[in-house]
Amino acid sequence: MRRLLILGAGTAGTMVANRLRRRLSRSEWQITVVDQSDQHLYQPGFLFIPFGTYAPDEVVKPRRRFIPRGVELIPGKIERVDAAANTVVLVDGRHLAYDYLVIATGTHTRPDQTPGMLGPEWHRSIHEFYTHSGAVALAESLKEFRGGRLVVHIVDTPIKCPVAPLEFAFLSDAYFRRRGMRDQVEIVYATPLPGAFTKPIASERLGSMLDDRKIALASDFLVERIDPDAKTLISYDEREIPFDLLVTVPLNMGADYIATSGLGNELNYVPVDKHTLRSRAYDNIFAIGDAADLPTSKAGSVAHFSADMFTRNFLRYVAGKPMTEKFDGHANCFIESGDGKGLLIDFNYDTEPLPGHYPLPAVGPFGLLRENSRNHWGKLAFRWMYWHLLLPGHPIPLPDHMSMTGKQRPAKER
Amino acid sequence: MATTTIGGRAVHVDPEGFLTEYGEWDDDLARQLAAQIGIELTDAHWKAIHFLREDYRTQGETATIRRVTTLAGIPTKELFTLFPKKPAKKMAYIAGLPKPHGCV
Repeated sequence: MRRLLILGAGTAGTMVANRLRRRLSRSEWQITVVDQSDQHLYQPGFLFIPFGTYAPDEVVKPRRRFIPRGVELIPGKIERVDAAANTVVLVDGRHLAYDYLVIATGTHTRPDQTPGMLGPEWHRSIHEFYTHSGAVALAESLKEFRGGRLVVHIVDTPIKCPVAPLEFAFLSDAYFRRRGMRDQVEIVYATPLPGAFTKPIASERLGSMLDDRKIALASDFLVERIDPDAKTLISYDEREIPFDLLVTVPLNMGADYIATSGLGNELNYVPVDKHTLRSRAYDNIFAIGDAADLPTSKAGSVAHFSADMFTRNFLRYVAGKPMTEKFDGHANCFIESGDGKGLLIDFNYDTEPLPGHYPLPAVGPFGLLRENSRNHWGKLAFRWMYWHLLLPGHPIPLPDHMSMTGKQRPAKER
Repeated sequence: MATTTIGGRAVHVDPEGFLTEYGEWDDDLARQLAAQIGIELTDAHWKAIHFLREDYRTQGETATIRRVTTLAGIPTKELFTLFPKKPAKKMAYIAGLPKPHGCV
């Protein structure tokens, strides 16, 4: 028997397990998945919990339900990968040998990495919405908020779902308007980036949407520490931003076992070939989804598009053939902008998010970098697609590679 | 691709003035580039610059502030003192490397 071991049964790991189980012979291949938790969380839904749009239990399902028959799911925490010995060691002492390893343990928020973030104010006046419990605690604080300064903040990039903090700012503006208290809330968006977003065209468009909503932008703000008593963010260049309510995106890092195993970069992401996802250090190790150091967004759409390509490549690879398909960094993300509207961005390694439209038979077209209600409904409908089509590995009529159809090229090369 | 003359030498640059040819850079050019943004290079600056050069050679990408802090052992606070306001951008400029791009 040949042994494929997948670490992590989140979005990427589950998709890969489903796709490969259908394509690899059961008499020749054993597929095993390890995960430390028995719940699968629909993470895009966390954004909606603080505003009461989703109830906390609407984004959780049992993990086992999405693992196909013929794949063994081992509950357990990973201690380390002994890559030289082709073995994974679990915290409880079990050893799992593999022929091929797929690392899909994602990225996690690390509030412990910013002095002053954890402590008595954590989940009271200092919040985050990147965990289920954080989103639920924030819903409570938002409900009780009587006005003052709300600071939406990013510690450092890269982060999972890089548009999420912008969406949070837009939705906060709409939320306080709806409650008739927008004039009592000052909203500040503090980011280590030089503008609202990374790439110039999207940054300009999203920046002007912050302006329209009277959300102040504090750019090039790299936080050094938080003073929880004075309720102030302090940057490395000694700027201060006071807050009454802080919604931060803590530092994002890959799992600690990746560092312990000597497989990661400075943020515990696995360096891989950006076209094939194969580890740059070991020929039989791949990393997919947020766990990899790909120079594109950390997002479910990237996991999805790269999983399609990875599956085909992997089948060729284990048959001794060259991997001919190349992942192009394709990502697309809906951006909620409030009042039942949203935008869509679609991009890859080489093409930044551009305005235009995104054609899709029957339900499209969606608006690229422009607001409309169809984008909002697209985002909400995606939850059903995630559970019923994406995770089980059923085809979704979206091309793996980015297409220029409908996109408006910039007048001059940037 | 544009060329410009720095210290009497023609070099290739992008629209923002970042060098585009890894091989056109040397210590002397670094001093000139630093002077253009008002920085006089000390040993502490060189430690960061040489780390960036070497890291780019093996990784093919300009190191982030966090990478410089973690792997070269230079505290972030010190980088802000050495290269005020925008250390990532200024270090890359002086080291003759592409402007660091935050991932989308």
